[in-house]
Amino acid sequence: METRNIIISGVGGQGIITASEILSEVALFNGFDVKKSEVHGMSQRGGSVVSHVRFGEKVYSPLIEKGTCDVILAFEKAEALRWVHYLKPGEGIVIVNDLEIIPNMVSLGLDTYPENIEDTLKRVASKVFVMDGIEIAKEAGDPRTANTALLGALSNYLPFSEESWIEVIKRRVKPNTIEANLKAFKMGRERGRE
Amino acid sequence: MGKKVILSGNEAAARGAWEAGVKIATAYPGTPSTEILENAAKYEEIDAQWSPNEKVAFEVALGAAIAGARSMVSMKHVGLNVAADPFFSSSYTGVNAGFVIISCDDPGMHSSQNEQDNRRYAKFAKVPVIEPSDSQEAHDFIKKAFEISEKFDTPVLFRITTRLSHTKTVVEIGERIEVPLKDYKKTPEKYIILPAHARKRHVVVEERIKALRAYASKCELNRMEINNTSLGIVTSGISYQYAKEVFPNASFLKLGLSWPFPEELFKEFYEKVDKVIVIEENEPFLEEEIKFLGYADVEGKKYIPLCGELNPEIVRKGVLGKELPHPEEAKSVKRPPALCPGCPHTGIFYNLWRLKLNVTGDIGCYTLGALPPYNAMDTTICMGASIPNAFGFEKARGKDFAKKTVAVIGDSTFLHTGIPGLMDTVYNKGISTVIILDNRITAMTGHQDHPGTGKTAKGEPTVEIDMAEVVKALGVKKVYKVDPHKLRETRNVIREAVASEEPAVIISERPCALLPEERKQHAKRPKRKVDPEKCKGEKCLGCIKLGCPAISMKEGKAYISPLLCVGCDLCIQVCPFGAIS
Repeated sequence: METRNIIISGVGGQGIITASEILSEVALFNGFDVKKSEVHGMSQRGGSVVSHVRFGEKVYSPLIEKGTCDVILAFEKAEALRWVHYLKPGEGIVIVNDLEIIPNMVSLGLDTYPENIEDTLKRVASKVFVMDGIEIAKEAGDPRTANTALLGALSNYLPFSEESWIEVIKRRVKPNTIEANLKAFKMGRERGRE
Repeated sequence: MGKKVILSGNEAAARGAWEAGVKIATAYPGTPSTEILENAAKYEEIDAQWSPNEKVAFEVALGAAIAGARSMVSMKHVGLNVAADPFFSSSYTGVNAGFVIISCDDPGMHSSQNEQDNRRYAKFAKVPVIEPSDSQEAHDFIKKAFEISEKFDTPVLFRITTRLSHTKTVVEIGERIEVPLKDYKKTPEKYIILPAHARKRHVVVEERIKALRAYASKCELNRMEINNTSLGIVTSGISYQYAKEVFPNASFLKLGLSWPFPEELFKEFYEKVDKVIVIEENEPFLEEEIKFLGYADVEGKKYIPLCGELNPEIVRKGVLGKELPHPEEAKSVKRPPALCPGCPHTGIFYNLWRLKLNVTGDIGCYTLGALPPYNAMDTTICMGASIPNAFGFEKARGKDFAKKTVAVIGDSTFLHTGIPGLMDTVYNKGISTVIILDNRITAMTGHQDHPGTGKTAKGEPTVEIDMAEVVKALGVKKVYKVDPHKLRETRNVIREAVASEEPAVIISERPCALLPEERKQHAKRPKRKVDPEKCKGEKCLGCIKLGCPAISMKEGKAYISPLLCVGCDLCIQVCPFGAIS
């Protein structure tokens, strides 16, 4: 199998690193070589955060090369837009949380928040799926499970069994949130098929 | 076969060190190195500690190695500048039991002030360098590093880079092997580097380098991968992965023990391939070694940029002159890091901006005070520089200028290297004002304890340094304490302190908003709300100028995100129209 490349992006504090850890664990669980890369430190403080996850028979570079990304999973709209040039031309998929987080620079009038993000994404990606993760999470019983719902949508495009996702999620989330997380995952997986 | 797990380079290095029988691990936190000590501290068999700075950490670990225990010290690349003095001496003294220095360099400067390549430091100090290229190698090579250290009686520099530190890859782990304490024998001619001893030790060091150079060509950390022989690539560390990605069929000379340079092995490789290039991040370190041997046709920096972090497209473009086809980059919004909602620094920088003071800054989350909306920082040089910088301002421009200047420094940074600076100001009759931003933790690097927190790296209770008493003991008479979330009160104290004719220290006391105890407080407080009727919107922007990430403009009015708000009352204090409750 050719190496598969997934970008998970969002705003510091949204749980990008946990989501990419779950994805990597699932890849390992399914017997793949996997590399997951992001930078900690300054970037965590409300700034733009991106994680690269690559899996396959043998993975070398931890970083995804521009033009080779299979799926972008973004927890915020502008953070999907930021990485579109990484997508495989004509083949890439974007799954994006229906959420806009306005940076202070925009409120101060020093920058503008991009308009028509969905249109731009659609011009570049073969498929764009916008999903309100927070709404699903609330339905699942815990608004903090939005990321798991989005992972559910992502799971439709990856060669992993549902059981392996469930197994890893159970291991990785707080015991008292397992039920809500599994519910959110399944709902996200369901909606993502539409 | 051992168990397979996913570990970051830092976690893998800590695991490998534990398996190698390490007994003592020391560090001062610094991105990207911090998780090494954090993980080492989880092992019962390792006596792991945070030191107040890298020099102290180095000296404790070296002392432990001389006394017979396998020891390691970890730090970020610029930490080795702080520890450079014992580093150079340790090369002369040698080590007794294995002693490994982990330096986490930061190509691309994700979280650092420079891009120094510490392989140069190792060569300068005449210490061998080991460079892993993924987590498995970080785990395996560190064991070898302890063996080499003991075999050649030398400190070993173990160089990791950010991308390796923070990338998780699959690692097959093993079990710990206990290594008994080595005998300790008083050996003054070795461990007391009086000139008469050091002269003899220098000869020993040069002999050691010769022996290591010969060893490097035979060592299993260095290997040839002969595939297609039209292109041969010399590389080390993470650069190997990028090169391998772009040139899967080329031949490689992959160096794990990269200095002393393996001359014989290189000659052999050179004969086997048609053309040799060097792919390495930052400095042309290997390239210079090769050119020095007389191979003028071997190029590296001709293709690969010296500045910045590498990635596959830079390698592809540099060597092949082209990129893979990819969509055009879209313009997104700027999203620099920001101070967190409820951050104690927010109040201080809001006030410093309002008071229009000159601010000499330091290293920590509060360096973000340099960014909009505050733009409230004039200098940031290195750990501990804020206080001496402010005194330098005073020396150059006089007392009136000093009365418009403050130094800001965090609690952990003050204990790291801030104290001598304050001592200097007092001793040399300065009048500068210092604000110690005491948030009760080393915050920037993700909450590590320090001598002011009352807890050790192992989570045990210990003596808690009293900041105010330390400051008083240095001879400062004017010592104030403020809660930075009381904006007006804090502003008045700053005004009084800078106006005084003697050195003053303001201790700004409020714990980091991300500490677990603080988070519990957030949950108890109501989320703040804006009354759109009273809000004057874009004409005012008073609350926006706090820089709180929870507050933004929505349809012309201020809006507070209930997901992000922690219920502090800074925005209530700054709203001139009483629109926030």
